[in-house]
Amino acid sequence: MRHDGKHAASPAGGGPPPAVELVGLNKSFGPVRANQDVCITVQPGTVHGIVGENGAGKSTMMAMLYGFYKADSGSIRINGETVSIGSPSDAIELGIGMVHQHFMLVEPFTVLENVILGVEGGGLIGTSLRRARKELKRLADEYGLDVDPDARIRDLPVGLQQRVEILKALYRGAQTLILDEPTGVLTPQEADHLFRILDTLRAQGKTVILITHKLREIMAITDNVSVMRCGTMVAHRATAETSQEELAELMVGRTVLLRVDKQPASPGECVVSVNDVTLVDDTGRKRLDNVNFSICKGEILGIAGVSGNGQSELLEVLSGITPVKDGRITFKGHDIVAPGLRANPQELRRQGVGHVAEDRHRMGMIMDFSAAENTILGYHCDPEINGPLLMDLDRVDKRCAGYMERFDVRPPLPHLAASGFSGGNQQKIVLAREMEHDPDLLLVGQPTRGVDIGAIEFIHKRLIAMRDAGKAVLLVSVELDEILSLADRILVMFDGRIVGEVSAEEATEQQLGLMMAGIDAEPEVRA
Amino acid sequence: MFMTLILLLDSTLRVATPLVLAAMAGLCSERGGVVDIGLEGKMLGAAFVSATVASMTGSPWLGLLTGIAASILLALVHGFASITHNGNQVVSGMAINIVVAGLAPTIGNAIFHMNGDTPALSNAARFTAIELPGAAALKSVPVLGPIYSELLSGHNLLTYLAFVLVPLISWMLYKTRFGLRLRAVGENPEAVDTAGISVQWLRYRAVMIAGVLCGFAGASLSTALGASFIRDMTAGKGYLALAAMIFGKWRPRTTLLACLLFAFTDAVQARLQGVSLPVVGEIPVQFIIMLPYVMTVFLLAGFVGRVVAPKADGEPYVKEH
Repeated sequence: MRHDGKHAASPAGGGPPPAVELVGLNKSFGPVRANQDVCITVQPGTVHGIVGENGAGKSTMMAMLYGFYKADSGSIRINGETVSIGSPSDAIELGIGMVHQHFMLVEPFTVLENVILGVEGGGLIGTSLRRARKELKRLADEYGLDVDPDARIRDLPVGLQQRVEILKALYRGAQTLILDEPTGVLTPQEADHLFRILDTLRAQGKTVILITHKLREIMAITDNVSVMRCGTMVAHRATAETSQEELAELMVGRTVLLRVDKQPASPGECVVSVNDVTLVDDTGRKRLDNVNFSICKGEILGIAGVSGNGQSELLEVLSGITPVKDGRITFKGHDIVAPGLRANPQELRRQGVGHVAEDRHRMGMIMDFSAAENTILGYHCDPEINGPLLMDLDRVDKRCAGYMERFDVRPPLPHLAASGFSGGNQQKIVLAREMEHDPDLLLVGQPTRGVDIGAIEFIHKRLIAMRDAGKAVLLVSVELDEILSLADRILVMFDGRIVGEVSAEEATEQQLGLMMAGIDAEPEVRA
Repeated sequence: MFMTLILLLDSTLRVATPLVLAAMAGLCSERGGVVDIGLEGKMLGAAFVSATVASMTGSPWLGLLTGIAASILLALVHGFASITHNGNQVVSGMAINIVVAGLAPTIGNAIFHMNGDTPALSNAARFTAIELPGAAALKSVPVLGPIYSELLSGHNLLTYLAFVLVPLISWMLYKTRFGLRLRAVGENPEAVDTAGISVQWLRYRAVMIAGVLCGFAGASLSTALGASFIRDMTAGKGYLALAAMIFGKWRPRTTLLACLLFAFTDAVQARLQGVSLPVVGEIPVQFIIMLPYVMTVFLLAGFVGRVVAPKADGEPYVKEH
């Protein structure tokens, strides 16, 4: 780290200099210009929001501020002084702390061990552990950040793990705290708690930079907001003088519909019914506990819940990936999943169960395969594309080109590797594969994870269209907004159980949030 | 019967020496996230260099030092491939094993013309048995006498060193800053990187420690337990050490116990050769030699239960953007 002592022009009014100032930052990765002439000024003692779609360059900008990358050109000023940040330890020394989207915690370690990692002081850790214990107690009192210092990280719920990350930054003396998509893994109540903590931090004079794609959060907590698009900074606003609609438009570069337009559902006969399904994993934990529900033609059933409460297992059971020992699932009048029945995703697909996997990188696609090859995964035995001996690859390409046109996949190149598409376009390829085979039941997991706003709008419309065409849709999402705007009925899962059902009209975020946290909140009690 | 047991345990300790040292080497490397299948090669290399230098200079100490140096050099090759260049750690380790298995006898043959082996070392050029004080006097005391004078006394320096190192390594892992960081980098290198610590330098230190320990292990084979370098004298001990480390769940104390168990079967194996057993008669020697390896397979397959390796073990650390 090097201070060259040059002072920035002091701001008008002679107040304190900005906590953070980025001036004309540029960063390229090969031919991709991730950041172009990015400028931002963050005033001390404020919460400053940064919004933008995936790939807009928010994370790159923050990675430069935190010393992960070196900017190609441009300068960084902290408290008015131009600095050079070559590594995270430089950033830490300058009072910058970061809470990453994926927590940087060592899971088998205790809270204390995680907190002291990198700032141990001496060669032996005994004294630093004792010092950290005292300091954590002080921080807990001051900011309302209570965590058991001896708990192991892997035993803590995500909300508390995040608190440990904040504590880590404060323990290192952070004056400016960067939070990257902090609410993605939290229940609404946990998110509220986080915002109260951020409030306290602001009140104590700390500066907070909040990166998010959730506009509601920007409106709720920030003082100022900056919008990024395609690697450039497109606007700075005082939060009080802007609206969600304006921000969305700035992010995407055109007007977007935040609300999904849909008519009331007209459900028909029952397509699939899940009866008493229980699933126990290798370690003996119940992943699914006596799950019962059914879905009718022409309705979207939403499954809400914090991730890791059995939703993934439910999708895997329904799609035939995981066999079950207890319970049965009936589809169009006959058992598709039952004890002793060999589960077979390919056979289920043939019978009309489409599955858009939650994690397209892990289950939905093969990233090194071309788009065309990805469009036949799971349907590769389809007679339409198979000759007596060889596959009709021309036909696969042609069909893929058709999908790409109908689903507006950009660029429309069937031979491009899946990894060459943006998240939104990858997801469209997966959706096209499953929807174009005209399933009677469509299982959809996290359809808009890592997908930009423009594509979200498109995907939501297609799901509604599926429903209106009389198909049954099961929607699993951790985004409550998505569940609330798409689903006709909502089930909430907690710890492998269905803890409640509400109709979409009556559901409120509050009530769903409590149910997601496992706190009993029957509608009649809350009303 | 009692004396038989004492003698069996006595040879267990001797056989366990290179195993314990190599297993601790693997443990240090893997807790830091670098898989070390090259224990075998490093040990073999050190055994060769130690025996060669000891036979040329007559000093076991010079042999030991040069053996360690050779082993560190091999460890650095492994580090360069797998830490600096994010290469596949198993391939790099295996390459070391193969290269050393060929190179050592070739060089040995060029120097000594003994078909790849080195000449037998005189006792002055070896680490010989150390009598603990009072061992002779206590010999006649019942029970405790034999335990002290036969079992505990009369081992070479490197054997004692191996057993002293286990608590030291345990202390290093769990009580020192270096140990904390080492364990962290094997679990989540990103967390270490964001804490402002160099992942690469930490991992280099981990493989170098493994190099030093393998150096001790190799020297113990050719200049303490044996008296010359013999082609392929490690005979899979590096892999056995790796198995012991996994069986011991990457923890020093349990790994030590696993090593002792393997060594004990080996000692039993040696004792059973040529002995006529009731009912079955004499078992062909090939079957008996298989014992420790068969047990390894069974233990690893069935009895270990859920083994959780360090999460980032074997994963090169590549920064994402």
